[in-house]
Amino acid sequence: MNLFEYTRAETLDAAMSAATQDGAILAGGTNLLDLMKIGVISPTRLIDITRLPLHDIEEHDGGLLIGAMVRNADLARHPVILSRFPAVAEALLSGASAQLRNAASTGGNIMQQTRCSYFQDPLSPCNRREPGSGCAAIGGETRNHAILGWTEACIATHPSDLCVALAAYDAVVEIAGPDGLREVPMESFHPLPDANDAGPAPLQSDEIITHIRLPDPGGMARNARYVKLRERTSFAFAIVSAAAALEIQDGRIVQARLALGGVAARPWRARAAEKALAGQPPTEEAFARAADLALEGAAPSGDNRAKITLARRIAIRALIRAAAGTPDRLPALPASVFEGDCNG
Amino acid sequence: MADVMNIQGHVRLGSNAGQSMTRRDGVLKVTGRATYAADNRPEGVLHAVTATAGIARGRVTHLDVAAAEAHPGVVKVYTPANRPDLAVSPDEKIHGFAWRTEALQDDTVRYAGQPIALVVAETLEAATEGARLLAPRYDADTPRIGLDGGVPFQPETVSIGASPTLEAGDMDAARAGAARHLETVIETAAQYHNALEPHAITARWTGDRLEIDTPNQAIGLAKQSFAAYLGIDPAQILIRSPFLGGGFGSKAILFGGQLLAILAAKDLDRPVKLALRREQMYGPVGHRPATRQTLKLDIDPQGHISALDHHTIAVTSSFDDFIESASNASHSVYATKAMRTTHGAVRADTGTPGPMRAPGEAPGSAALEVAIDDAAYAMGFDPLEFRLRNYAETDPATGMQFSSKALRECYAQAAEAFAWKDRPLEPGSMKQGRLLKGWGMGTAQFPCPMFQAAAHATLRADGSAVVETSAADMGQGAWTSLAQIAADGLGIDIDRLEFRSGQSSLPDAGVAGGSGHTATAGTALFNAGADTIRQLAELALNDPASPLFGADNAGVTARGGRLYRNDDDTRSEAYEDILARAGLDLLRGDGKGAREGEPERAMFSHGGVFAEVLVDPDLGQVRVSRLIGAFAAGRIVNPHLARSQLLGGMIWGIGFALQEEAIHDVRTGRFTNADLAGYHIPVNADVPMIEALTVHEDDPFVNSLGIKGVGELGVTGTVGAIGNAVWHATGIRPKRFPIHPESLI
Amino acid sequence: MTQILKLTINGTSQDIPIDDPRATLLDVLRERIGLTGTKKGCDRGQCGACTVLIDGRRINSCLALALSYDGAEITTVEGLAQGDLLHPVQAAFIEADGFQCGYCTPGQIMSAVALIAEGEAGLDPERVREGMSGNLCRCAAYAGITEAVLKATRAMNREDAA
Repeated sequence: MNLFEYTRAETLDAAMSAATQDGAILAGGTNLLDLMKIGVISPTRLIDITRLPLHDIEEHDGGLLIGAMVRNADLARHPVILSRFPAVAEALLSGASAQLRNAASTGGNIMQQTRCSYFQDPLSPCNRREPGSGCAAIGGETRNHAILGWTEACIATHPSDLCVALAAYDAVVEIAGPDGLREVPMESFHPLPDANDAGPAPLQSDEIITHIRLPDPGGMARNARYVKLRERTSFAFAIVSAAAALEIQDGRIVQARLALGGVAARPWRARAAEKALAGQPPTEEAFARAADLALEGAAPSGDNRAKITLARRIAIRALIRAAAGTPDRLPALPASVFEGDCNG
Repeated sequence: MADVMNIQGHVRLGSNAGQSMTRRDGVLKVTGRATYAADNRPEGVLHAVTATAGIARGRVTHLDVAAAEAHPGVVKVYTPANRPDLAVSPDEKIHGFAWRTEALQDDTVRYAGQPIALVVAETLEAATEGARLLAPRYDADTPRIGLDGGVPFQPETVSIGASPTLEAGDMDAARAGAARHLETVIETAAQYHNALEPHAITARWTGDRLEIDTPNQAIGLAKQSFAAYLGIDPAQILIRSPFLGGGFGSKAILFGGQLLAILAAKDLDRPVKLALRREQMYGPVGHRPATRQTLKLDIDPQGHISALDHHTIAVTSSFDDFIESASNASHSVYATKAMRTTHGAVRADTGTPGPMRAPGEAPGSAALEVAIDDAAYAMGFDPLEFRLRNYAETDPATGMQFSSKALRECYAQAAEAFAWKDRPLEPGSMKQGRLLKGWGMGTAQFPCPMFQAAAHATLRADGSAVVETSAADMGQGAWTSLAQIAADGLGIDIDRLEFRSGQSSLPDAGVAGGSGHTATAGTALFNAGADTIRQLAELALNDPASPLFGADNAGVTARGGRLYRNDDDTRSEAYEDILARAGLDLLRGDGKGAREGEPERAMFSHGGVFAEVLVDPDLGQVRVSRLIGAFAAGRIVNPHLARSQLLGGMIWGIGFALQEEAIHDVRTGRFTNADLAGYHIPVNADVPMIEALTVHEDDPFVNSLGIKGVGELGVTGTVGAIGNAVWHATGIRPKRFPIHPESLI
Repeated sequence: MTQILKLTINGTSQDIPIDDPRATLLDVLRERIGLTGTKKGCDRGQCGACTVLIDGRRINSCLALALSYDGAEITTVEGLAQGDLLHPVQAAFIEADGFQCGYCTPGQIMSAVALIAEGEAGLDPERVREGMSGNLCRCAAYAGITEAVLKATRAMNREDAA
């Protein structure tokens, strides 16, 4: 890790004015310090925003305004999250470990970098790390790589579980910058790669995420789930994942939400699938048709064709679970296909 | 002297061994006071970090030493251009259990992650950054990676000096009469030990005297090796290794970084500490190589195996040989008229493999048990019935009797606990909600080697004792179980025993490996105690003032700190009284532990492992919902700790079967997952229900104490049991371990 | 430039000069003030060996920049026992053989102390397993760890009731 100057910001303005092109914002630090340790990034200044007044969760209009410094564990335990946005809690609790969730912030979770092993290896060409250098992942080990929205410039996936649920709930990212506030939907916050590069940075160097706004989920509050396929039962990134939320009245779906994780450089909102589900009865057949739509245009970016099948099936599973209703208490193994079936 | 021999030969383990004592080092370990190598902070210590190669084959052409040395806090950078000399090249095989290693002997790179420089600094942060700033440039050659990318060759030996081939019986004749010929091809992935404690060393010179804190599984041998490399008298070296944060074979291997830290400490005249970073453990400290195994089974019409042919191809490095002896795992498990086991090897640009918990046996057992399961189904037998039908009453490889073999009881007890009898034969028959459920089994078997160990036992004037041997406790519980044995050898309560171990000034206890440490070091300790008691008895028996005087023909027995006449229990004397009258403050005995002569019996620990898996049929995720094994391993010194060892081994089986795989990018030879987020080992939630039962077994042949070993046994059998359970759930036979979800959809 | 870091460690307030802004809380504990009970297994938040409590919450001290935690209350494994009296979690780990080599044990124990305080797992073994899955144990003492957490939870419930 390179030497850097450490600055603790007491106000948002101070944080923004301290920010520089080669600086970095330090919140929970769980991804930033890791990337610094492995030499992927080398900021010359760290601006510590952990003391900024961004630690609150406020209710507004049936929804929530979540401070960017709210720690993942606190967000997952918040009563309104548990009662009205349970897929957010389930996604959070399926991610990382209890220790990491106690440190990681909401804003930092959104800003976390891909776990593409070539991005993490400073010796490999990577357009995301070093624009114009190429993409070593293509032709390499691609089990964890994209099947949607990728280009020859970048096939990385975004690793967050939280973002998948947030995207499904129409969350909005509030960003402060020198020119004031701007808002970006979670769904499109992370740029997709284009033909030549991995896409622009989601934030300017002097911008800071201040809040995440979750609108009222209405009738979807208790029909929402997150499901995550992993290689071990816990403490692993998703191979694929899905968040689903449904509003069901009189045996018909009034509105549906579906987002996929582990498939693209952003949480992949499946709007065509949602549209197709509206007005349908919540049956496995309807979910299967919707899942086909969700994976429309999917293509392997390497030796990862099986992920298309897995993503389709996990979408169906999430919809089935959402239709069955959110359990009063989240399962012992959140988002697991096993849910804690074996209580030996 | 007959009575005296009577004492020494009397292997009555008393009230110590056999008890479920908790660990004697438990309080140290739960309070953070157990000191591991990197916990040492000698005054003035410098921190060393190695820079490692980013190519797998070629040469280092440039290192930016100036940039590193300019970094605040960096004291010195060592490269091939300025490194201090060793007395012996690290490319020499100084003995049969030495690995060629890298200590900056030249600019050659032979695997990714190889140390290419050492940076020493005042702080760990500065040393780490200094290593990064070296920004090496290379002249890179195309790397040769993996089973299919390397250069095949025929190895002369496998494992440590073992023959690569064995043939028993007439294969052609045996095959001719068979009803079914079955062939199974299984691949197993490269695995890394990943002990939680990274390899570390703290080295300090005082004049010509060297003190080393480093975790090591074979302290006596390490002292000899360090002395040879450094060209100094072994007596000048003290190695302390009181606690190892896991070893699993990788800490039996000396690596160049240790030598460099020692040389730097000498050169800079300050203590130097070096700890590998996690990713640096993928290369210089051994691994279990990838294998491809082909098993051909010929089954006669009655369901008996008539011929077994097991061929393994394993990867080794370009510069040293450790060939995973997987085929040898088939030697002694099932009866067969004829067998042939063979090995081939492939040279690749990787670190040299080494022994990793159940080397050879774990991957070999995995393949064998899958093949056996396939044969059972093909012949229409329940897997347990088929195994019983092919039960080896004698060792098929050698024709010898087994020293003991309670495998039938293991099968029976584990099957009973598992409720195996209700298992449907057909795969895909059982469900739990949406999930598929499957049951599979495997046979566990592991050899019972003994090495060489020596020990001292000293009785003190107050009747307490101290025993000394340089054993290694890497978690198996040696500090406890060896102390239990030693206390019995001395006939005292364990609370009156001081146990000194874990450093090189003590008598050599050999290697903690091969599941033979308790048997070997335990025998030495017991004999040292018995030797002490023999001398004590001589004192008493020859002393007219002793109540034991004249008991020569009857003999005496030692227990509870007293000697008792065998023919009259009312006549006894306390150790301290005997010593006091003899005017002795101390009475010392010596003992050795080793197997004498060529074994006349086949010696193995055994077990039956039964696994239940749940498989998501749509998504392919697997969870081992129940795992039950029953094991027979001779005398169990401490059931509490033996169970933990067995459970740990079984959980290694879960990792082997479903998770563990080190992946290289074949284009660069670098790993894509050299960390604990990408290289998965089991977590707590992977183990919902597990049990290890132990089956009583008396073995009068294996050694005088009747001790086998439990450290590696649990890994064998388990991998196959899980693979077979996955098949029973899904109808899909694993072709490769680990089994990925993608292969089950 | 040396900065002064104020920490309360195991109940004692300390001013710690930090000579290097890169120092993690883990390396401050281990290399600067000699509290080596907290272990480094991966240095990247992937194993849990470095788990400590910060203001009562378990975190990976390897990914905590020390300067960022100025003013915090830290509890390490050295701060659990009172003299010779072990914390119930420590005692339960010995009793249930929740460790072998002992290297992950300080992290396991700190994690278990926090898990019990969080109160969400209770006596549900499956929730305990999930809640302890951020602490890798290569010896794989998981059955003992789970048993130890359950034992300690029961013991501490009894203490609370008494």
